Amino acid sequence: MTKNPLWEVFVRPRRGLSHSHVGSLHAADAQLALRNARDLYTRREEGVSIWVVPAADITASSPQEKDAFFDPAADKIYRHPTFYEMPEGAEHI
Amino acid sequence: MSDDVRYLLGLADDALIASHRLSEWSSRAHDLEEDIALSNIALDLLGQARMLFTLAGEREDDGRDEDALAYLRDEREFRNAQLVELPRGDFAVTIARMLFFSAYQAELYERLAAGEDEALAAIAGKAVKEVAYHLDHATQWNIRLGAGTEESHRRAQQAVTDLWPFTFELFEQHPELRQSWLERVDPVLTEATLVRPADEDSRFRPTGGRDGVHTEHLGYLLAEMQHLHRSHPGATW
Repeated sequence: MTKNPLWEVFVRPRRGLSHSHVGSLHAADAQLALRNARDLYTRREEGVSIWVVPAADITASSPQEKDAFFDPAADKIYRHPTFYEMPEGAEHI
Repeated sequence: MSDDVRYLLGLADDALIASHRLSEWSSRAHDLEEDIALSNIALDLLGQARMLFTLAGEREDDGRDEDALAYLRDEREFRNAQLVELPRGDFAVTIARMLFFSAYQAELYERLAAGEDEALAAIAGKAVKEVAYHLDHATQWNIRLGAGTEESHRRAQQAVTDLWPFTFELFEQHPELRQSWLERVDPVLTEATLVRPADEDSRFRPTGGRDGVHTEHLGYLLAEMQHLHRSHPGATW
């Protein structure tokens, strides 16, 4: 029905947190996409900042590449920092 | 009825009728995003109407609450400007009206928010932020329709030409607001490559809404808006 391009929407829920992907929408241009995002994704006080990105500009990994991309990491537990003792009293690590 | 209550009812009726016309777009807008945007704006206006009706009812002190004022008055008792009762038309008409009406509300509410009537100032202070968004929405769309395709320009221009005569009634109670209203509206029309009639060419200036004289469209609107409440008085859900 609509020929408007697709936009991906990222919302920052509050100061100090990162923008997270919340969904997508259609809009004719960036300014309208931003306004549509305000109406669709922040009408219940979900956010303090919005990014919109043209979906066509996002380069995504494909499901076919899943094994090559992600499986090799599965058996390399030494990449996790679990071999270190956590200093007592250190928070947010 | 005191002048104060009559004035509040004018504000409330403007918001209620404008809200109802926007609500008619629910499920009918050109895409889901705009559908929700128009419904959001309709709900903002409905919220303003409810607060204003409640205040008017308290000051009238005759036992009428917001529902009684919204649903149990007849056409001749409604005090809205005729601009807001005109049919929703196509999208260009709705957007042109939103520009004219929200720019007027923005000017008026800014004034009222700084006024001496504390209860009214509180309502206006809350509404002024909502209205700023409505004005932005109307501005964005007017520019895109006016400066868009040949067909969208034709429709947007037709809407401005048709609605312009009805804007004069908005300033009968507040003539001092019209200049600053024009300073909001004219630049948008210019950027949208739309032309509004010059004042000296605008001799048709419909009036009477504040005294209960309306176009033939309001009766049909009220019939649809009020019939449920009148058929089932006091029903809740």
